[in-house]
Amino acid sequence: MIHLIWALMAIIGIVYAMIHGTMEEVNEVILTSAAESVTLTIQLLSILVFWLGMMKIAQEVGLLQQITKLLTPFLKRLFPDLRHNNVALGYIVSNVIANMFGLGNAATPLGIKAMQEMKKDSKDGEATRSMITFLAINTSSFTLIPTTVIAIRMQYGSVSPTDIVITTIISSFVSVICAILFDRYFYHRDIKRNGGWKE
Amino acid sequence: MIQTISLWIMPMLILCILSYATFKRAPAYEWFVEGGKEGIDIAISILPYLLGMFVSISILRESGALDAFIQLFVPVLAFFGVPAEIVPLAIVRPISGTASLAMMTELTKVYGPDSFIGRLVATMQGSTDTTLYILTVYFGAVQIKKMKYAMKVGLLADFVSVIVSIIIVKLLLM
Repeated sequence: MIHLIWALMAIIGIVYAMIHGTMEEVNEVILTSAAESVTLTIQLLSILVFWLGMMKIAQEVGLLQQITKLLTPFLKRLFPDLRHNNVALGYIVSNVIANMFGLGNAATPLGIKAMQEMKKDSKDGEATRSMITFLAINTSSFTLIPTTVIAIRMQYGSVSPTDIVITTIISSFVSVICAILFDRYFYHRDIKRNGGWKE
Repeated sequence: MIQTISLWIMPMLILCILSYATFKRAPAYEWFVEGGKEGIDIAISILPYLLGMFVSISILRESGALDAFIQLFVPVLAFFGVPAEIVPLAIVRPISGTASLAMMTELTKVYGPDSFIGRLVATMQGSTDTTLYILTVYFGAVQIKKMKYAMKVGLLADFVSVIVSIIIVKLLLM
């Protein structure tokens, strides 16, 4: 699906530009957006080096394991095939906690570490069940404090910039629950169709 | 209050990790460097995934096709009770984080932060993440080529999030 979406976005864009005379803009943006992604990667690089360094300490010293222990029973239900992979669960918990507090910077490196752990169970570069569950939670993102949004509301003179915190929490909570339900649905549907993935 | 909390979280986290490590007499600096090195490899391996996705999205946006596509969706989403003003945001939110933040800012400016639209776009922006970006970065970092149904799950959840945002903002804040 990603191959199709990726190619179609460019194809549709270029064909549309042919018809509507926006080829100049398209031509320019091909180069500028490529450069933009390099800038983004460099920003990501500093964040990744810093937080993976910090998390290495947290892991080696046993902090990560302690956090995981608290949430283990719940996690094992959510990620049945990671029952025996405490390292992956540790990273998943830390990622979710970082996201909850709006620390996107810290969350990404942790999430990537979780993915690396889960990749050990993957065959031929296929996404595993746990990876998809994990990303379902991440894309619907359970947020407690939407910092950027609050900042923008303050900038435009809101009388109570934080009154959207409660609506954001409810909305993201519901969407996380739905993401998990969709994830379960498609997983079981795939099993029925293909005669299954082994757990 | 909330701002103070979010300002303090990161430094406090660092403080916790470092003081715990020092208390345990662990070689913290050595581990930090070791972990950091992994970060370099990961960042480099994400680059082609990110670059490919960025260029493709930008072509779609700059050509004007994205706007046309959005106009096509206005009546469909209006049927579900989605206000026309926020349809572009609802469609762009899963595709591009920066573009949706720009749209949200613009709508906040035009309609005012305390209007229904202002509160709705704030809730929408905050309550979900950029699905395409998340999938690109996370699957890219570990070189996963077959995403299976991950995209479907992400997009469906985004749709639910829009609907729930509308209902919640109407119920609680209006």
